[in-house]
Amino acid sequence: MTQNQLPRWVDIGLLPLINILAAFIVAGIIIALVGENPFEALAVMVKGAFVYKGSLGYTLYYTTNFIFTGLAVAVAFHAMLFNIGGEGQAAMGGLGVGLIALWLGPILHPLFVVILAIAAAAAFGAIWGAIPGYLQAKRGSHIVITTIMFNFIAASILVWLLAGMLIAPGQMSPETSRFEEGVSLMKIHELANYFGWKMARSPLNLSFVIALLSCLGVWVLIWRTRLGYVIRATGFSPKASIYAGHQPARIIILAMAISGALAGMMALNEVLGVHERVILNFTAGYGFTGIAVALMGRNHPVGIIFASLLFGALYQGGAELDFEFQTITREMVLMIQGLIILFSGALAYMFTPWLARFFVRAEGQNG
Amino acid sequence: MSSKTEKNGDTKSPFAIALKAINKQFGPVRANQDIDLNVRAGTVHGLIGENGAGKATLVSILYGFYTADSGTISVNGTPLNIKGSADAIAHGIGMVHQHFMLVPIFTVLENIILGHEGQKGLQAGMEDGRAELERLSNQYGLDVPLDAVVSELPVGIQQRVEILKALYRGAKILILDEPTGVLTPQETDQLFEILKTLRQQGVTILLITHKLREIMAITDYVSVMRGGKMVAHLDTGDTDPTKLAELMVGRPVLLEADYPDANIKDVQLDVKHLSYQDSAGAPVISDISFALHAGEILGIAGVSGNGQSELLEILAGILQPTDGDIHIAGKHITAEQPLGPAEVKALGVAHVPEDRHAVGMVLPFSAAETSVLGYETNEALGDSWFFSPSRLKTHCAKLMQAFDVRPANPSLKSSQFSGGNQQKIVLAREISSDPKILLVGQPTRGVDIGAIEFIHKELIALRDRGCAILLVSVELDEILSLSDRIMVMNNGQHMGVVSRDEADPQKLGLLMAGITDGAAAS
Repeated sequence: MTQNQLPRWVDIGLLPLINILAAFIVAGIIIALVGENPFEALAVMVKGAFVYKGSLGYTLYYTTNFIFTGLAVAVAFHAMLFNIGGEGQAAMGGLGVGLIALWLGPILHPLFVVILAIAAAAAFGAIWGAIPGYLQAKRGSHIVITTIMFNFIAASILVWLLAGMLIAPGQMSPETSRFEEGVSLMKIHELANYFGWKMARSPLNLSFVIALLSCLGVWVLIWRTRLGYVIRATGFSPKASIYAGHQPARIIILAMAISGALAGMMALNEVLGVHERVILNFTAGYGFTGIAVALMGRNHPVGIIFASLLFGALYQGGAELDFEFQTITREMVLMIQGLIILFSGALAYMFTPWLARFFVRAEGQNG
Repeated sequence: MSSKTEKNGDTKSPFAIALKAINKQFGPVRANQDIDLNVRAGTVHGLIGENGAGKATLVSILYGFYTADSGTISVNGTPLNIKGSADAIAHGIGMVHQHFMLVPIFTVLENIILGHEGQKGLQAGMEDGRAELERLSNQYGLDVPLDAVVSELPVGIQQRVEILKALYRGAKILILDEPTGVLTPQETDQLFEILKTLRQQGVTILLITHKLREIMAITDYVSVMRGGKMVAHLDTGDTDPTKLAELMVGRPVLLEADYPDANIKDVQLDVKHLSYQDSAGAPVISDISFALHAGEILGIAGVSGNGQSELLEILAGILQPTDGDIHIAGKHITAEQPLGPAEVKALGVAHVPEDRHAVGMVLPFSAAETSVLGYETNEALGDSWFFSPSRLKTHCAKLMQAFDVRPANPSLKSSQFSGGNQQKIVLAREISSDPKILLVGQPTRGVDIGAIEFIHKELIALRDRGCAILLVSVELDEILSLSDRIMVMNNGQHMGVVSRDEADPQKLGLLMAGITDGAAAS
């Protein structure tokens, strides 16, 4: 009730800002408690994320991961499915990239290999999302439970393959051999230099562009296609969906496949863009953070871009904090990220009643 | 029109509730404007108005859910500042909501005690509660099985539990919000008996409803609201339904639609020996046969829960029959060869479902999106993959104009329309598909008078254009005024068909209760 009374710009603009502010205030208090100046820390963080040479590239590189996993959670959420399996779907996407690159790399022109690898990332992720979708739709196994279990299965498959069949010859660490020359996504700074525009080195690569295109694609899918309409109808009201002649079981599987494909494409950034080989644990928790990103971005692609940028900046700026201050450790940075997730995720609506009262009073005075 | 001056005296005692100059505004909407309301102690006072007239807001202010922008509330002559429902309860105001606030897996006793277990431990608290409840149910004639699990009780009894709960908390003033919306005619009668007993015992009752019949049957006084304003306070004895309807709507209303003679043509829907068992294997529909012709309205009468809802869903393809044959437009549907909702729709069958909130529309969708639910593959809306939002809106605007939906704004969320306008959107969508057969469930449940008049006219007009209409309704008046023939169902069985000329409430009532006599031929 109270939520509906808020003007739209407050709900999607002001409220998230207030949440972030609250998180920063609490984080600031903690930083002050360990004896550092919170404002200095904030300045270092902002500079570390946007100002220092190459830092923006790093920030956007992290942002790319969050866009993919955030979109994945959002698409599933429109069908009222809580996909916690982004981590596993991304891992499988990476496996798909690796298999294609290692198998076809020596045979085909790199351009074709890259195109097929992109398709494989999406396809492997899609399958890893569709199986829990099928189990939910046909067997009633809860999607939250199955996607969590599928994260473990994916991680174990990767360990098994990377330590066994796929391990690079003569190597001790569990990773594949490096892909062929050219089987990778071009770095943005290389592209910029090619066009004569000076840009500092960073891992930012073309998968960032793919991520932005995916945002557009998801927006079109959800709000402009018949399939998106049916996905939303199924999500909001399964009964209405059956009445309308849709097939919810099919829609659930399809939505999970699309969600998995998006999560799987996160591997493009890490595997094809940066490492150019499959390494263990390259997903590094991005799949889980995608849940917070989607929540903060209100499951809308534009919101997800902003939320991803925030988390990207936190990752990059946080690393800088860790570097510059003796007393601020990596764990401390994680805690600040945790606070942001807490305030904008779990406590997202904490300030709503307060804001509602404020705006109702303001309108009462105007009227 | 208004006779409020005579009851507006400032003397303290006679009014259990006295509201003065209440104002409440939500954004630009003035939900309550200078509302005065005086409710005499020990009376049943009706508050009537269409959906959106401001009744719910006024009651929410009285019960402490909202705070009024201005105005005063006095209870038994004492001005109060009610800040929450706890305040209201402390001052003897109890509320029975339209949707019950009960824990389904708890027993009646546990539900009523909940939050009032006392300090002596749960067991002792329960025993005290039981004694007190037995006293209360004797005093007020509220017979309730204290140890039954709530979810296993019929809605009528669940409602009694709610009333008992309010009384247990010391309520001397009871607010009932649309209490008969979920009740069968029999349960409604029983409720009214209870209300009469409560009144005898000195309880003051504020009855919020939009049903004229209830106002006439039970209230002593009635206040009418329209568009956020109080338009009249009347003695129920001095008024009649036509006058009340006119006050509510603001213009003269036809309570009975014109009913031209039917021009009945060939059979459109033929049902033979249809049976249906639920997932537990219990028979819900047993061996039902009937035919539905083009150009007629066949009404299905029956107490709610006697298989009518399932019959409608089977014919719409949502449920699959367990036995029997259905013929629609040359297609033969059996348990072995069922058709889904999309395929049945393709045969020219449109369906206005009983539950419009959960089934007929998607509440968070815009009106434009809801206006194509089930018809989203319609080629006029875009190409085979993509929707054109502008075409969707144009389509919806056209429907809204044809069916007088207000506000005529396709971008507004479906949930933001009143019940009547929501139903008009659903009806417009289904009728605009130009169906051969229309299945309608509870077309006017929770719908205001103005919209009922409109919906009835549209259904008759559709019939006159040659559509075959199957009407399921628990409102016997509605069945009687719309149907060419009436089929009565009891306990999943076909009790007989009565023609329009022969039908009267007594005859149908007997059949609905499962009593057949020779006169009711099938």
